[in-house]
Amino acid sequence: MTDTPRAHRPPGSLVALAAGFITIWLIAAALPFVWTAWGSLKVEGDFFSMVSWKDAFFGPRTTALTGSAFTFQAYRDVWIGQEFWRQALNTAVITVGVTAISLTFGTLGGYALARSTARYAFWILIAALVFRAMPGLTLVSGYLLPFFEWNLWGHQWTTIIVLVALNQPFTLWLLHSFFLSIPRDLDEAALIDGCSRLQAFRLVIMPVMWPGVITAGIFSFLVGYSDFVICAMLLREENQTMVPKIIGFLGTTQQPGQVMYSVAATVSVIVPLLVLVLFSQRRIVGGLVSGAVKG
Amino acid sequence: MLIHPARPTHMPHRTFALFILPSMLAMILFIALPLVSVIIQSFHIEHPQVLVQQETCDPFGCKTETRVDAAAMEQLDAAAPQGQYNGIGTYLNSAHLAVSELGTIWAAAPDLSTGLTQTLNLPFYRALLFTLIYTLVVSPVSLALGLLIALAVNVLPRGVRGGVIYLTLLPMIVPSVIGALTLFWMIDQRGIIGAFLQWVTGDDTLSLKASGALAWATLFVHGVWSNAPFVFIVFFAALQTVPRDTTEAAMVDGASRLERLRLVTMPHLAPIATFLMLILVMDNFRVFESIIGLSATAHASSLSSLIFFALRGDTPLFGSAAATSMLTVICIFVLLLPSLRNAWAGFRPKA
Amino acid sequence: MNLRPAFAAATVMLLTAGSAIAECPADATGSVRILSNDFAALAAINERAMSCATSTLTVTANQSTQHTDLQVPALTANPAEYTVKFGANGSMTALLTAGLLRPLDDLVAKYGQDLLPTQLIKIDGKVMAIAFLANAEHFYYREDTLADAGVAIPQTWDDVIAAAEAIRAKGTMQNPIGLAYAPGWELGQGFVNLYLGQDGELFQPGTALPSINNEKGVKALETMKALTGYMGPDYLTWSSDAMAPLLEANTIALTNFWGSEAAEVLPGTERAPTVAPMMRLSAAPKMTGYDHPATTIWWDGFGIAKNIPDADAETTFRVMMHAIAPELAQEHPDLAVWLVKGYVPTPAAQGVIASVQGGAPSYPTVPYMNLIHTAIDDNIVGYMKGEESAQQALADAEAAYSTAAREAGFIQ
Repeated sequence: MTDTPRAHRPPGSLVALAAGFITIWLIAAALPFVWTAWGSLKVEGDFFSMVSWKDAFFGPRTTALTGSAFTFQAYRDVWIGQEFWRQALNTAVITVGVTAISLTFGTLGGYALARSTARYAFWILIAALVFRAMPGLTLVSGYLLPFFEWNLWGHQWTTIIVLVALNQPFTLWLLHSFFLSIPRDLDEAALIDGCSRLQAFRLVIMPVMWPGVITAGIFSFLVGYSDFVICAMLLREENQTMVPKIIGFLGTTQQPGQVMYSVAATVSVIVPLLVLVLFSQRRIVGGLVSGAVKG
Repeated sequence: MLIHPARPTHMPHRTFALFILPSMLAMILFIALPLVSVIIQSFHIEHPQVLVQQETCDPFGCKTETRVDAAAMEQLDAAAPQGQYNGIGTYLNSAHLAVSELGTIWAAAPDLSTGLTQTLNLPFYRALLFTLIYTLVVSPVSLALGLLIALAVNVLPRGVRGGVIYLTLLPMIVPSVIGALTLFWMIDQRGIIGAFLQWVTGDDTLSLKASGALAWATLFVHGVWSNAPFVFIVFFAALQTVPRDTTEAAMVDGASRLERLRLVTMPHLAPIATFLMLILVMDNFRVFESIIGLSATAHASSLSSLIFFALRGDTPLFGSAAATSMLTVICIFVLLLPSLRNAWAGFRPKA
Repeated sequence: MNLRPAFAAATVMLLTAGSAIAECPADATGSVRILSNDFAALAAINERAMSCATSTLTVTANQSTQHTDLQVPALTANPAEYTVKFGANGSMTALLTAGLLRPLDDLVAKYGQDLLPTQLIKIDGKVMAIAFLANAEHFYYREDTLADAGVAIPQTWDDVIAAAEAIRAKGTMQNPIGLAYAPGWELGQGFVNLYLGQDGELFQPGTALPSINNEKGVKALETMKALTGYMGPDYLTWSSDAMAPLLEANTIALTNFWGSEAAEVLPGTERAPTVAPMMRLSAAPKMTGYDHPATTIWWDGFGIAKNIPDADAETTFRVMMHAIAPELAQEHPDLAVWLVKGYVPTPAAQGVIASVQGGAPSYPTVPYMNLIHTAIDDNIVGYMKGEESAQQALADAEAAYSTAAREAGFIQ
């Protein structure tokens, strides 16, 4: 991928305008998280101080209790004392499972929907929309009795499949939209050259689909990772994932100090995502797409 | 060499079926069948409970209390597990469309404003009003904001993009319940945002949590804030697939940056925008986690929060939740009709 | 039969030598599966239960905040997903209505020697559950602030308002009252406490028809509204958890919340260390003209599932006897107001015990209680915000309850 020729680079004034706008947006987007990360290194009395917000910044009670304005006590308590690594492991299992299966089902289905010329493809998309419009809580409440009776409740696989299924309408629509934007010429050429549909799909379309797949992958990942309702209702305690556990730290009656567990745990789960985003962003931005489409 | 066929190659039904089978199976098992069950549930209510007076003794005394005769109920439930057929009774009752209550109100209302106030006092209509306004405000604003952010990030130098994208995605990555809770503390009178607003407006008693209008505004801002990253990432990915040859042809023809944006980029993004609008309307119409997280239940109720409260607690009302869910789906479809017509129009030429 | 004196005596009884200590069942087989809520007192019980696990006996506990949603489907399955369920008086009713718990009389006769008679929850003469702790919302106050304003300790809610006015007049605090009035559950609970504090009947006798739109209902609402005149403007977002930080911030001096959270405002707490030495606990205030605290008493206990083999039920009961043995109260005296033999009340338990001894009623456990609680909670916010009259709010609540009760089959 060659560098953008000088004539195509945006003018400096535009970059400055964009940078200014982005900075304002970033402050709005990142401030709550940065604040939480900062506050996770304080004690509860400071971060949730009813006296003044400045306490969260300067940490007077933290200094009084621990001798320093910053403390990792909450992190120690959560990861070692509360054994949060168990939930982290469970989340990893659920998330990887959901992403892999969701993408597999979704790319196959989305491709078929984009390339089909039959009317039933449209009706399937409409049906998917109806499914998506359904409030999830109602569906999950209906699952409980059958799952208990057939001994499906509490297992990780059940939750993975449920999350995949509930996310399929969105994944199908997203990937179908992306597939639509890839010219039919590409797979038509492959078909004419003698490939089967599956081969055309695998060898010709998938390589150029990376931005769409990555995007759909990010969403599937987030579904598996930040879901609360389904994981809270369908998993046993030993299989519990991170977000329900964080809510659990708040509990029905807050124990002293437990709210800081949820703060430290929240920060812990967000930081690793930095790696995920940096990895995928390079793939989206990369010029794999332009070269192939141009050909 | 590329051959341009006059018609796209027809995909045989069998191939289509094989491609879509795994996805369809999952959706049928976990959405379609339960959906049918929910519809059936919305037409039923519980059997009339057989009540008996029994003496109950607890650590603090004994008294005679009304209880349900579980044995008798078991027989009734075994005979008809769905419950008692109620037709559309649940849809018409006071917790939903409140048809008879509406009749009484409008027959007796001296003027429009009294009638409206009393109508909006009914739980379903109060929730519907908030949900509609929330959806119709937050969806377009998020779409516009996300698009602007995507265009702006696309203009930034490559090296900066990674960090910017990560920070931009944060409101979406942070689980919404956690995000709302953090915001709840920050907007408190003594929290950083609350204190900042008091300083800016010069009003020492300003509290975002105390007034209904301010609570709604907070919910709207939270909605846009958490939706925009999702819109951004989808548009940003789509911006990377803008066909280069068309762009270069336009540049050769002397089009300005703005014209390129209008004539090449926007049309390319149009199907994505339709898709995003569909998703945004659908998701915003089902708002409720932020109402709970921001403790705004006193000031705002949404259709999904009605469902949440119907299912919670010791006596969940499944029929009521089912009816509200179906009404939600119907309302969403009414809202989406324009977009759906576009999608249908876009689909037809292929046939 | 009034067991209240028996309960009062039991709570101050010291451990007598020679009482049998319940052991884990030796060479038991099978599994004990617990479903419970997620707070410290229950965690302690679960820990004791799990210590009975052996190579042949598995003991698992699912401590979930979703336990109320899970309980009915989980215990309906055959065999039930859980063998024992912990719950408060309210949630046990749902299981009893669905016929999912088994009578425990034989098991109590065989293994329940350590149980106090007050722990047995009897329905229609049969023991259906065993209680192990009590809880109630009661009064907490800053002794120094009251003394400074020259006010006596409030006995009634009118006294509380007068005390708040005195504190405000003195200039110490502008809005000295803090009450958990967040809608969702707690606001409704506030009303129920004040209504039952006037010996009000929530339902027409012998039926499930509502009866709250009356003098006592209006009085309860007016009292709540008057109290909010001395509360900060955000009071509609305050849950019980918000009280301790408000006390610590020196914003409030008079509050009413759960006895189980007393440790948060007493010496040793991390949440409110500055004010802890000055906090005092007492029974909930009365309504003027009535002789008992205007609050409701709750118990937590366990019931054993019906859809499990009898052998599992017996093993589960024996494990539970070990879990709630008198040692529990000795090892964790601060976690709750235990209803077990030999429990010595700690300072944190004073408010609950005073409320019980004062004659406060227990929270009603009729099957449709939750429906009216929800209906009240949903519909009185308008009155609290000054948007409608008390009668209108109560009429709305009755209408909402009637619709819900019709759907649930309690009204035809």
